Amino acid sequence: MSGSGHLLEIQRRMAAAVMHPLTRAETMPRRRRDGTSNLTEAEAIIRPNDRLTAFERLEIYNRQYWFRLYSSFEEDFPGLESILGREKFDVLMRAYLTDRPSESFSLRNLGSRLQSWLGTHPQYIEPHVTLALDMVSLEWAHIEAFDSEECPRIGPEALAGIGEDSVLHLQPYIRLLALSYPVDDLLIQVRSEAGSSTSAANNASASRKRRHVRRVAALAPRTIWLAVHRHENSVWYKPLDEEEFRLLSALLAGKTLGTAVDECFSASAIPEEQRPAWLQEAFAAWAALGWITSETGRSDLKGTA
Amino acid sequence: MPANRFNGFTEYGVGIGLRIPHYQHILSRRPVVGWFEIISENYMIDGGRPLEILDKILEQYKVVQHGVSMYFGSVDPLNREHLKRLKSLARRTRTPWLSDHLCWGSVDGRYTHDLLPMPYTWEAVEVTARKIRQVQDFVEVPVVVENVSSYAEFHVSEMTEWEFLTEVVERADCGILLDVNNIYVSSENHNFDPFTYVNFVPAHRVAQIHIAGHSKFEKYILDTHDHPVLPAVWRLYARAIERCGPTATLLEWDDNIPTFEEVHGEALKANKFLKAAAEAPPDAAIPAVESAASQILEHTGVSR
Ligand SMILES: [Fe+2]
Repeated sequence: MSGSGHLLEIQRRMAAAVMHPLTRAETMPRRRRDGTSNLTEAEAIIRPNDRLTAFERLEIYNRQYWFRLYSSFEEDFPGLESILGREKFDVLMRAYLTDRPSESFSLRNLGSRLQSWLGTHPQYIEPHVTLALDMVSLEWAHIEAFDSEECPRIGPEALAGIGEDSVLHLQPYIRLLALSYPVDDLLIQVRSEAGSSTSAANNASASRKRRHVRRVAALAPRTIWLAVHRHENSVWYKPLDEEEFRLLSALLAGKTLGTAVDECFSASAIPEEQRPAWLQEAFAAWAALGWITSETGRSDLKGTA
Repeated sequence: MPANRFNGFTEYGVGIGLRIPHYQHILSRRPVVGWFEIISENYMIDGGRPLEILDKILEQYKVVQHGVSMYFGSVDPLNREHLKRLKSLARRTRTPWLSDHLCWGSVDGRYTHDLLPMPYTWEAVEVTARKIRQVQDFVEVPVVVENVSSYAEFHVSEMTEWEFLTEVVERADCGILLDVNNIYVSSENHNFDPFTYVNFVPAHRVAQIHIAGHSKFEKYILDTHDHPVLPAVWRLYARAIERCGPTATLLEWDDNIPTFEEVHGEALKANKFLKAAAEAPPDAAIPAVESAASQILEHTGVSR
């Protein structure tokens, strides 16, 4: 026997109440979306005291849950908030976090499924679908680049021995993006105004904390290619040529150097005779940034979360 | 307790939580601090700035890990990735013990990221103690569990919170991180005498103590960690030190964080109690700590 029948039931019932969206006034709804009465549920499991009803006691946890998630999500996606404005951002945030509650012990992963979720729920970012998706890609890449592993750089000897059939490894913190809007400058501005990133704590919040995020003016579309990477432990957005983007993407996909170079120049305007010099320069720059490594990232810690 | 098997036989004094707004101050000024407590989850990552800072701190200071998401009381099985990351961080920090909360927070693989209260039932004792043992066996560092602040109680509870805590730690054979602020907060929210709690817990298992500030609302008290320690909490602390002896003590300050000096100064007030308990012969400890307590309480304008 599992010995946890009753405990499991209580945890399921309480979590269902706690994780259910608040009303627009940030209170616990009397009735859930599926018709369940929170009043009846609270009274069934929670004991009232001389000052608070069972409903009010449960509501404290319902509010805490959402306040914590809101503040983490807002800190992760200030760029998206600046594009959508506070009200639309709030609606999106509640819907996403209701649809995709955290499945990780770390709040760091709260936004990991936002891109894919928005792909199937574009109504939350209309009419700025592409702009908003570009911003979310960049913001998630930033989070990943911030704390992903850094592998040892490739040594000069190994670098000298590279040939057409070699497979090169890039730093696990590098994220490559092809975007339709130049959201990089915008995000740099928004982040510098918005402040630091979330960290886990174990205290409670008396109220919902809001930060000021400025609404952005319209941004004209322009295709850009970026490497989001880390240098001396700061995250940087490095603009790339289209050719650099194609070459790096092919290398990241595990293709041999020969194939990657072919893909890089397949539709390139760089004249044939300039290509060797172009390649040499690109690789020298990447090597100087420490992007090429001798190994792939650790796999032992990756997995279920 | 002073050195015991639950805190890796260490004699740590007063520490404070390592928080981002203080990084710069600590690394540039290198203040003398007994030890730092880190929130494990903030460093259970693969690379980047947080680990760089942590490594610099470790060169100079003693660090103890405090977790917020192991959820010993959740029926859900332990997460292997979580355990592996925790163990690898413990190797990095050489933490003599590590703590997390006596609570639950996830169910069916979904995380609330909150410290939810336990129903105090025998079934919950069994589940929780088993999971604490599993973590301890895996991480190979003494695990201590902390009582949480709570805002609700369950109809199904079969014992008091202090009885529950005691049953769990006896069965798991683990230590206690006694948070006297949490005891105070819960005592106000649930109408019990906080001294009954402090007097009941097995003193020999107390590996560490937390002190913190809280916020009082009209109908309940919230554990906000955004204030200095309140006089009522210092009184409970004094009683805990009387019972446990000079125990590693940590001030938690997580919101509206003031300057490093202000946080550290607040934490160092605990030294009076610790010194009194350490200097007094065992049977004289109680009056000595009491006199230290009244000095501090006079200072804060509240008499015992
Ligand atoms: Fe605590």
